[in-house]
Amino acid sequence: MIDWGAIFSNAAVELVSPTTAAYALAALGLAVHFGYTGLLNFGQAGFMALGAYGYAISTLTFGFPVWASVLVGVGASVIFALILGIPTLRLRADYLAIVTIAAAEILRLLFTTNTFRDVTGSANGLSEYKDGFRALNPFHFSGTAGFGPWVFSANDWWSILVAWVIVAIACVLVWMLMRSPWGRVLKGIREDEDAVRSLGKNVYAYKMQSLILGGVLGTFAGMIFILPRAVVPANYATSLTFFTWAILLLGGAATVLGPVLGSIVFWVVLSFFSGFVARAVEAGWLPISEVQSGQLRFILVGVAIMLMVVFRPQGMLGNKKEMSFVK
Amino acid sequence: MSSDAAPTKKPVKSVDLHVGDAVPGCKKTDPILIADGVKRTFGGLTAVDVAHVEIPRGAITALIGPNGAGKTTFFNLLTGFDKPDTGNWSFDGTSLAHVPAFKVARMGLIRTFQLTKALGLLTVMDNMKLGATGQRGENLFRAMLPFLWRKQDDEIEAKALELLGRFKLDAKKDDYAASLSGGQRKLLEMARALMSDPTLVMLDEPMAGVNPALTQSLLDHILDLKTQGMTVLFVEHDMHMVRHIADWVIVMAEGKVVAEGDPHSVMQDQAVIDAYLGQHHDQDLGATDTGHVEALKELIDDEQ
Repeated sequence: MIDWGAIFSNAAVELVSPTTAAYALAALGLAVHFGYTGLLNFGQAGFMALGAYGYAISTLTFGFPVWASVLVGVGASVIFALILGIPTLRLRADYLAIVTIAAAEILRLLFTTNTFRDVTGSANGLSEYKDGFRALNPFHFSGTAGFGPWVFSANDWWSILVAWVIVAIACVLVWMLMRSPWGRVLKGIREDEDAVRSLGKNVYAYKMQSLILGGVLGTFAGMIFILPRAVVPANYATSLTFFTWAILLLGGAATVLGPVLGSIVFWVVLSFFSGFVARAVEAGWLPISEVQSGQLRFILVGVAIMLMVVFRPQGMLGNKKEMSFVK
Repeated sequence: MSSDAAPTKKPVKSVDLHVGDAVPGCKKTDPILIADGVKRTFGGLTAVDVAHVEIPRGAITALIGPNGAGKTTFFNLLTGFDKPDTGNWSFDGTSLAHVPAFKVARMGLIRTFQLTKALGLLTVMDNMKLGATGQRGENLFRAMLPFLWRKQDDEIEAKALELLGRFKLDAKKDDYAASLSGGQRKLLEMARALMSDPTLVMLDEPMAGVNPALTQSLLDHILDLKTQGMTVLFVEHDMHMVRHIADWVIVMAEGKVVAEGDPHSVMQDQAVIDAYLGQHHDQDLGATDTGHVEALKELIDDEQ
């Protein structure tokens, strides 16, 4: 018989996991890019990889403290955004899309290549960079603590706390910015950048600022992403970017809490599907192998997203009124 | 037909704008915009080749010409939205060559577009507020500290409300601009341009696609700009409108300025008739009808 309790408690763990927070933050970065400014960034995985590797390499190779490692990651992504933006932001939006998807792949391949094995760990990636972060942990208890399905070790609680506090701060920041005159200019650029230019705004500079801001959010997402796991280059493939896009569209592109809600729903539902399918196969309900069942969950997620886009194109939190004017 | 509309008030025409004969490129007593040798080619096609032209200050100048005469391209060149192959042009004595469009706008030269660019998914009020220049809160870092820009933003909102009232759009202020009609969008675009207190307003076909009821109020608004001391340069096909409100008319054909003068005399100019009707307009070529031909014939009849 199917163990529903285990399926639900696994899904409940996803609700708070740092991975969910990381995807929420990366999708929030995309919301700044796409939802508010109209920039098509298909290289969010690249920004996340810079956060992860920037932090891990600074800690392992150079022995930097936590704050300096974070700064290195942020600095690297600002430089990455400038390199991407300088040639492409003067052009139409689709050029940025092409360049970002290629640049993110270049980064991943650079991190994978054996040439830099000593620094990047090549395909094996990096681990053992967590001591500095754990030393800051204010929770001191052995074993696990918590309630219901949420029972974690002290280090896990620390990761969860830091991850969601960063997400909360980022949400407040983006919310404040988008209500400000600065956010108004971004939304104007999304609608028609020539019109905004004719009103005396330096559109290029605003697009660059947006690219950097969303990229830095992606970088922080990359740092949160490696709290519960090691840095492995295979994690930063294009599928990471497209999951982030799926989360953004699920939640609502031009919203602040949409990416957060989207990420939670995405991971909870994904965990629920995979738990259910795996156990249903075990119980002999489905005529497929266990390997096939691992892939089936992504098919179900794909179908769910297609239904979402067809029947609720503005996303869960999007404004229905906006969609009635989309050409 | 929209060309039947006339402004409600009798416009006060500015006179004595030029020095010497009213020939193409003639000197003006007080020019605000001077263009010299501005040339733009697209491959083998010369879209604009203006030897010299001056726009008089404080007057309403119409830029007319048949389709493909290069009027909009000339507009784009003057406002920094396109770069000419060669040429110099200055606004209020400041050279505008190689100045990007946003800086041109900050100098007080604001344009509108032939295809209206209302920012659809922003409210009418946000559209208006975007028009104000020098906003403190438009800096990324200051934007995070509302107390730095809140007061200025309220002042901008008050000014926007006043302008929206004048343009009869105040009831729509919280609606998305995308929900406005074509004519209301033209009004919004004009009102938005006024938020920055420009010195020169350049309107690209302000009447295109506007219903007759709104045409009248648009004409009044354009005349208002002049009363408030602004200079207006507009592109238009509607000859009646040109005759009603323009103080000076510049005629372009095939990229060149072919005639200049006050609206009454310029319509009689042989070069203008040739530009619109073709040089062999006396001969019957069959159905070569265009809107301009009719409009101009009508006008010539009116004058006689």
